[in-house]
Amino acid sequence: MAKLKDIVHRHPRDAAALLGVLRDVQAGFGHVPDEAVGRIAAHLKLSEAEVRGAVSFYHFFSLTPRGASTVYLNDSITSRMKGRTAVAKAFEEEAGCRFGEVSGDGKVGLFPTSCIGMNDQEPSAIVDGVVFAGLTPDKARAIVRGLREGRSAASQVTALGDGANQSELVRAMVVNNIRRRGPVLFGAHEPGAALRKAAGLSPEQVIDEVKRAGLLGRGGAGFPTGLKWEFCRREKAAEHYVVCNADEGEPGTFKDRVILTELPKLLFEGMAVAGYAVGAKLGVLYLRSEYAYLRAHLEDALAGMRQDGLLGRGVAGRAGFDFDIVIKSGAGAYICGEESALLESAEGKRGEPRDRPPFPVSNGYRNLPTTVNNVETLATAARILAEGAAWFKGMGTAQSAGTKLLSVSGDCSRPGVYEVEYGLTLDQLLELAGGAGAKAVQVGGPSGTMVAPDGFGRKICFSDLATGGSVIVFGPERDIFEIVENFMDFFVEESCGWCVPCRAGNVLLKKKFEKVRRGLGTEADLRDLETWGKLVKATSRCGLGQTSPNPILTTMKSFPDLYAAKVRKGEAFVPEFDLDAAIRDGCAAAGREPECKEHLYD
Amino acid sequence: MTEIRFTIDGQPCVAQPGQTIVEAAKANGVWIPVLCNYEGLKPVGSCRICTVRVAGRYMAACTQPVTEGMAVENTAADLEDMRRSLIEMLFVEGNHFCPACEKSGNCELQALAYRYQILVPRFPYLWPAKTLDARSPRLMLERNRCIQCLRCVRGVRAKDGRKIFAAVERGPRVAIEIDAKLAEGLSDAEARRAMDICPVGAIIRKEVGFAVPIGRRKFDHEPIGSDAAKGIGR
Repeated sequence: MAKLKDIVHRHPRDAAALLGVLRDVQAGFGHVPDEAVGRIAAHLKLSEAEVRGAVSFYHFFSLTPRGASTVYLNDSITSRMKGRTAVAKAFEEEAGCRFGEVSGDGKVGLFPTSCIGMNDQEPSAIVDGVVFAGLTPDKARAIVRGLREGRSAASQVTALGDGANQSELVRAMVVNNIRRRGPVLFGAHEPGAALRKAAGLSPEQVIDEVKRAGLLGRGGAGFPTGLKWEFCRREKAAEHYVVCNADEGEPGTFKDRVILTELPKLLFEGMAVAGYAVGAKLGVLYLRSEYAYLRAHLEDALAGMRQDGLLGRGVAGRAGFDFDIVIKSGAGAYICGEESALLESAEGKRGEPRDRPPFPVSNGYRNLPTTVNNVETLATAARILAEGAAWFKGMGTAQSAGTKLLSVSGDCSRPGVYEVEYGLTLDQLLELAGGAGAKAVQVGGPSGTMVAPDGFGRKICFSDLATGGSVIVFGPERDIFEIVENFMDFFVEESCGWCVPCRAGNVLLKKKFEKVRRGLGTEADLRDLETWGKLVKATSRCGLGQTSPNPILTTMKSFPDLYAAKVRKGEAFVPEFDLDAAIRDGCAAAGREPECKEHLYD
Repeated sequence: MTEIRFTIDGQPCVAQPGQTIVEAAKANGVWIPVLCNYEGLKPVGSCRICTVRVAGRYMAACTQPVTEGMAVENTAADLEDMRRSLIEMLFVEGNHFCPACEKSGNCELQALAYRYQILVPRFPYLWPAKTLDARSPRLMLERNRCIQCLRCVRGVRAKDGRKIFAAVERGPRVAIEIDAKLAEGLSDAEARRAMDICPVGAIIRKEVGFAVPIGRRKFDHEPIGSDAAKGIGR
């Protein structure tokens, strides 16, 4: 076990190194064995219970073996719509084990995972860190056969995607699917233009420019970016930080993937501009584990910018403007997209949200003033510096300036990313994406809103349909109830479990919803769904629980007739327990039929 | 330092700067129910039973600092029903059998249920399969009764500062784990503190019990929250 010792001792004796050590051990051993837990705890001066706590929190770490090779198959609703069931069956047949298990020979482990940011090319999976998009049952079988024959996942990638996906540092079969290039993110940008402009201004002037542009956070919450920078700058502290939230985990969003692939330098320029504005010398890019395949490419972009004097000491030739960026990886947890949970994770801990106040602008990364901004927000800020606030303000609507990058997937003929001006209606978007005739559109992912056709005139903007960028189109044949159940499964799986309403409430909501879906619901059950949903939203500690009942609540509002048709009218109470089904199960287990065919209560 | 003026259900109150709503309420003789909160430990807002409403927004009173002019709603009927719901959720997501529990009468969850007059929870029981960890020489960790309040995680540490209790897993599977090696080093007094810190019967000392019979225990004398209303603290 010399190897284990080497892996652990490569890392500093600092609790903040925990996730880094775990990542290396997981990669080296396919899990984090007991011996490693003890060694890591001793090295980092943590208790073994704490180490197990971190391992078991993250989806891509495990205390038990996950196989010599591990398949993580996306379980999003879009994946299911695009044929996941058949692909999963093929994986299981070829591997000889079920999902959640490792094959008998230990060579292949199969596990489901939440949306991996490939909703425009489903079904997709991550195999030993390599993305396989557009899977079919045949391809799934071939992958498993290849792994068994000793061919690595990377060597099985043959056809590469477009753009930077073809670069030697990426070599991914992922396609960008850039369907509409807008003037902000995809406009012609001279590298360094934003930084040179910023360097000629005072930090206050930079903040003022961003404020005048009316830039609101692109992650979904819509907080004014300039104001956040101002709050952060005002805090007196030894150090300030810029943290870029590249943990887009909302099912159906993949627009940051495209920015990270094609526009990393624009993003890093935006981070440096933010650093200059708030007085930070270090930026942290928190990259979701699912996008680890882009890491070398991103490191290369950073190296290039250092060479060009756009990062490092004296950025853009301005003495005293020192700024650099490090990349930190997640390990599979949707909650880490919540900014305070992200900070906990970046500090090497379980990704559990913090109580606010205090907010990250005063007590953020390492408890120091930090501005946490979305990938798209930072890239957009760079463009605002380069082109000016007036230019930006001239696009979009009065309250929602500029453009938004949308990730469109589902039942449409042109899935992909669209940079559109705010104020676009859903009808217009469906027209662009080839999704005419849709039965429903989910805007903002599961935590957002399910819109029925009578709402297709609504606009994408902060005052109407605010979204971090996920738009999923559902065609006329889709079952709304199946979609809602998938979304609730997602929230139950991804809740951190810290607070009662989110931990227990989502399970109870899901159970109640299933009762209705099975045709055992009454009108009282619908009232319960509404009351309990409001309870979970009102009392949950962070944004996850404050939005997790939305799949149920927004579909009840958009599709009242569907729910009304599902419940038994006039019946005060219908038990959840199905006696007939239980008797059938009992008969099957006992291998005989009761003499009396009617059940006991009749 | 200037005092902060605020109201709870319209009643004028004063707070010291930096006080949370729960702390300030107590100082003013007003009871706000708490469960995960414990004096001397950093509040974590995990049980949400102290949820109050300020200007239409819901917040945990144990983590929210009081601000000047704040108008806190504490006993509105709908708020109290939300709290009752949260207590009921704790009962259905665990396996709580009061009559057989050594903590009965000293249990804050049980006491809250009595105070909120809960007879039958509105939620279906989830009957989760939970495990008991009895490896430690002085303590038992009975997860059937655990409510994940994180008091033990915050309040019980080894001599070198390492955490003896830690949360593992996530979501509905989240559980408290005891570090068997570190727990071996616990003194009898520390084990007693661990049991006292636990609001329910999840941390139980071994080989001792029922020294005070059920019926003569803390909450058998008066309901939870009685002391706060007298302004003398818990």
